Order: sequence, then structure tokens, then C-alpha cells
Amino acid sequence: MARVLIENITKSYGETEVLHGINTDIQEGEFIVIVGPSGCGKSTLLRMIAGLEEISSGTISIDDRVVNNLEPKDRDIAMVFQNYALYPHMTVFKNMAYGLQLRKFSRKDIKKRVDQAAKLLQLEELLDRKPRQLSGGQRQRVAMGRCIVREPKVFLFDEPLSNLDAKLRVQMRLELRKLHRRLKVTSIYVTHDQVEAMTLGDRLVVINAGYAEQIGTPLDLYEKPATLFVAGFLGSPAMNFIKAQISADGKQARLSDSVQIPLHTGSADCGGKEVTLGIRPEHFSLTEQGHSTLPLTVDHAEFHGADTIIYGRLPGNDELLTARLPHIHHISQDKVLHLTAAPEHIHLFDPASGKRI
Amino acid sequence: MLKRTHFKASPLPYLLVAPQIFITVAFFIWPASQAVYQSMLLEDPFGLKSEFVWFENYQLLFSDEIYFSTFLRTIVFSSLVAFLSLTVALLLAATADHVVRGTRTYRTLLIWPYAVAPVVAGTIWMFIFDPTLGIVSYMLHGIGYEWNHRLNGNQAMALIVLAATWKQISYNFLFFLAGMQAIPKSLIEAAAIDGAGPVRRFWTIIFPLISPTTFFLMVMNIVYAFFDTFGIVHAVTKGGPAKATEILVYKVYNDGFIGLDLGGSAAQSVILMLIVITLTVIQFRYIERRVEY
Ligand SMILES: Nc1ncnc2c1ncn2[C@@H]1O[C@H](COP(=O)(O)OP(=O)(O)OP(=O)(O)O)[C@@H](O)[C@H]1O
Ligand SMILES: [Mg+2]
Repeated sequence: MARVLIENITKSYGETEVLHGINTDIQEGEFIVIVGPSGCGKSTLLRMIAGLEEISSGTISIDDRVVNNLEPKDRDIAMVFQNYALYPHMTVFKNMAYGLQLRKFSRKDIKKRVDQAAKLLQLEELLDRKPRQLSGGQRQRVAMGRCIVREPKVFLFDEPLSNLDAKLRVQMRLELRKLHRRLKVTSIYVTHDQVEAMTLGDRLVVINAGYAEQIGTPLDLYEKPATLFVAGFLGSPAMNFIKAQISADGKQARLSDSVQIPLHTGSADCGGKEVTLGIRPEHFSLTEQGHSTLPLTVDHAEFHGADTIIYGRLPGNDELLTARLPHIHHISQDKVLHLTAAPEHIHLFDPASGKRI
Repeated sequence: MLKRTHFKASPLPYLLVAPQIFITVAFFIWPASQAVYQSMLLEDPFGLKSEFVWFENYQLLFSDEIYFSTFLRTIVFSSLVAFLSLTVALLLAATADHVVRGTRTYRTLLIWPYAVAPVVAGTIWMFIFDPTLGIVSYMLHGIGYEWNHRLNGNQAMALIVLAATWKQISYNFLFFLAGMQAIPKSLIEAAAIDGAGPVRRFWTIIFPLISPTTFFLMVMNIVYAFFDTFGIVHAVTKGGPAKATEILVYKVYNDGFIGLDLGGSAAQSVILMLIVITLTVIQFRYIERRVEY
């Protein structure tokens, strides 16, 4: 268990800077998820914490000790790789024992620890097998076991579930969560899957193009996304963005000549401004026609069982909006639905900076 | 039956394999069977007539102490060449795997010797070590060591081992490097996190994982040392001094073309052929099972 402090970390490959000053304070025993689209620099950041990648500037400290110049083996971390990186020529037992042998543990201690980890991960039957004789999920568990036996200060995960099929991924996600609750080791987890991020993380760090866009709990990020990027990245289906103008008194947003919706009273100081409204599909609800409703002309609908995802257009706007409505089974094209959204669920963003207003 | 009804017999497949078959028959099967036939003939000293003697040539060979010592010498020679060229190549490949800058130049330099013909390689080394003209023998003389491979059998052996090794290193290097680069980088990183330094990683991860390559190269190197080193021996020592560097292939040539004992020479080459076949069989057997992971 340890506290990991990341201060002003940047990374450059030659001339190109791929991470631009990341700051995070990871508490003891916390499960932090670093999430972002492909190529945004998540793995690079994780590998810098592991010591596999040089740090261009800034400092990383583990338990108040700056580790910038420490070898990976001296940082007391363990890492699960995306392809598991099990040693193919060693049995499961030896894979787990390798790190302990190098650290000069006695045979007895090694056996004790490996057996313990194997029991925890239900690997007891598999200790004599080679990695190639294991299924994907079992390999994943061995990779976990190899980390657990060392009892490191920090666990690092680089997309450990991305090679598994959908069902197994959900199951392993749950097991990871349970394991963390049990071992309480500080964990840093990289993924590009927002569902994984939301369900696993105590807090998330959303990275986009090398910048940390927002850091916070899943609920924070869902309810108060700090930027357009975070708003669009988290949540599925993604948040709708609509251009609008705020009325002078700040109480209404005008989407077009005929469409207006009421806003939360707190948005008074942006009267008259051009903004981007953000409304999540699940925050729309059906209502009777009125003067402050959104008339959505249905383009098509996807029936998902419990609810239906409806795609449609507002008058004078060509972009498709998404609404997620319960209890709708049949809906014909070109029908007009009248939707509202509660003012507290309407997010306002500055279209120029992308920042939340 | 099914095949016959679905596919009409066509001469095309036979035509396509014909060149390969022709080459195998003309350049391997026919000469090999000639060698086997020849090895059972006893020719009179003037080459006027020959007599079919079954296995007499082989009997003579196996009771010949000189042949026995040539055999031993060849084993020593090829083990030395295989061991040295494998070790040096492994070392070079392990460093090349680490080199980041100037990799291309480094590799090209290491691959060059392979493009040099054995005779040329032998000649180069002969010049360098020439007792009267050579730069190395001059320097050795400077530190008080007398080098004359024309008189000293051990020195002559050392020289052909050196030349043969030098030439084989590039080949081994290429295979080792390819083998090392096929190992996923994350394995090495995982070992680094687990606490292994570079040397430890090499012996516990990299070396075991390239063992199939090592085995393959070992067989290839022995075959090379047994057979492809004729040019080097011929250029550097001609088997001398006093047969100190006469290895099996060279003896085949010496007895057959210089000594004109065609039957005995043919019997020797048949034995060599059997050795190659055995090595190749071992090689294939192992390669089939080598998928260790
Ligand atoms: N060795 C390298 N040299 C140059 N650029 C690199 C190197 N490694 C990574 N990059 C660049 O750094 C950026 C971040 O890479 P990184 O691997 O961290 O992405 P990621 O967020 O992990 O993406 P993914 O989800 O696809 O794994 C990418 O734009 C990539 O092209
Ligand atoms: Mg990555």
C-alpha cells in the first residue's frame, strides 16, 4: 500500500511531446483508472510509473520517495500486461515464483506465498501447467498471481481484460474489484473502455491527447463533466451536444426560432452567450406537446428490451440526437416525439474552449 | 475415388515438380549412388581395370589408424568451430539486441563475412597470419611468440578453426538476432519488474526461449564444419603440416584425387554422407517437437 504522487509529468519522443504535464495524487489503497481513447498516452504514463519508460520531466514519487531514477525492480511495483507476458517456458508455479526467487526468498516462503495466491485465484489445479495450456481467463489470473505473490506497494494494469471475450471480461472485472477490496493495494489501471473505467475505479483520470481532462469519482465525472470531451467520452450512448443561445435573463436556451428549453436558474451570468448544450440520452423524457418541449422527428429506433434508443432530428438541425426512453416498443419513422429534459440535467459548455460553464 | 471423380488427372502437377525431381536425381541421387558403387570397387594402380570387392574398402578404412585419428581430429575441429562461432555470435546478438543507435551499420558489418567465399576467407586469414608477411605473426613475434603454422600443427589447427569460425559467425548471428527479436518485449519488461538484471534476464528468459534456434544452429554448424570448410583448409594449410589439419572432407579429396585411391575415397564420402543424413534426421525430429510454447 502506498501513495503515488505524479507531478507535472511530461513525455517526449524526440521532438513530439505526447504527455503534457499530468498531475495526480493517488491515495493509499485507491483504485485509479486512467482512461482515454487509443493513442492518448495512457500506456506511456503507466510505463513511466513502472520505470519502463524514461520520464522527460516532472517527478513520480511512491510513498514520498522520488522514483524517477530507480530501476523497475527497485520501485516495488508489479504490472499486468495486456498480453499477460507470462514466461512461456515456465510452469504456472515457476511464473509466480520467479520474482520471489530473484528476491532471495526461502523455498518454504515461496511455496507458501504461491499456494496462497493460487488459492485466492483458483489456480491450484493449474500450478504444473505451462502458459500455453491455459485459457485466456486462466492466463489472466496467473498474471495477477505473479503480481500478488510479491506483495508490492502498487499494482499496475495495462488493459488486462482487452484480450478476453465480453462475458469473461465482465466476470474478471468483478473478480478484480473483489480482489482489490480484499488486498487493498494501491492500483493504477489503464483502459480505453469507459464501462470498465466507471465500474472499477474509485476515481478516474480522463486523458485526451496527452492532457488530463478531468480527475474525479465516476459519479462526479458523470454528473459534472468538466469538458466537452469528458462529457462525450463517458456514458453510453454518448451525450447529445446541441448549439444554442442563452436568453438575456439566462433562464432559457434558444435552440432555434421555434424551440426553447428552460435552464437551471444558476446559469444567469452567461446571458446572451452562444453555448453548447449537453443532454444525456437517458435524461430525456416523453411529455405532452408544450411550448418548451423538443419536437424530435424520429429517424430510426433500436429496441434494447428494457428501453429503446431513438435517433431523430430537431427542426432546423441536421444532426441526429439520441434519446433513451423506457417502455416504448413500436415507433414509426417520421413520427414526432415531444421530449423534455430536467434543467439540472442540462450541461452548458463554452463552444470555444470546451470547458463547462 | 472421390478425388478421381472430382479432379481430372492432369499432367500439370507432374510437370511442375519435374525440375525439382530432375535436380535431385541429377545432382544428388545419381552421384550418391555412383559413390556407393565406387566405394565397392578396387582399382589397379594404373586405373586400367577395377574389381568389385563389396565392403573391403570399408573394412580397410575401419582398421586404418590414420582414418581413426582423422575422424577424431574432425570431431575436435567441428566442436571447436561450432562452440566458438555459437558463443561469439550469441554474445554479438545479445549486444546487438541492445544497441539502439547505428543498429544498421553494426548489423551490416557483422553480416558481411557470410558473403565471403570460404577460399577467400581462408586466403585472408592466411595473409594475416603468414609467418613472414603477416601482420599478426609480426605482432606475435614482437611479444615473443613464434608463429609458424606451416611447421606447427597446433597453430595450423588454431588458424583454420579461427577462419572457419569467423566465417560462420554472421550466419549464427542472424539467426540468434531474429530469434531474440521474436521474443515479445513485454516478457523482458516483466522480468525486469520481477527483479532480474540484464544478465539474469538473458540466462533465465532469453536463452531458454531461443534454445530451438541454438539447437538448429548447432547442427548446422557441425554440418558446416564437417563439409563446407574444404575451401578454407585447402587455401590455408592443404591439410598440413604432416596431416595436422587434415579433416575428413579434405582426406576424401587427398586420398581420391592426390592419392588416387578412388575406392577408399568413395567409401569415406559415403560415410560422410551417412553422417549428414543422420544429423538432418535428428534436426527434423527435434524441430517437429520444438514448439515449446
Ligand atoms: N517509442 C515511441 N516513439 C514515438 N512515439 C511513440 C512511442 N511510443 C508511443 N508513442 C506515441 O505516444 C502516444 C501515446 O502512446 P500510448 O501507447 O501511451 O497510447 P495508449 O493511450 O496506450 O493507446 P492504446 O489505447 O492504443 O494502447 C501515441 O501517439 C504513440 O504514437
Ligand atoms: Mg496502450
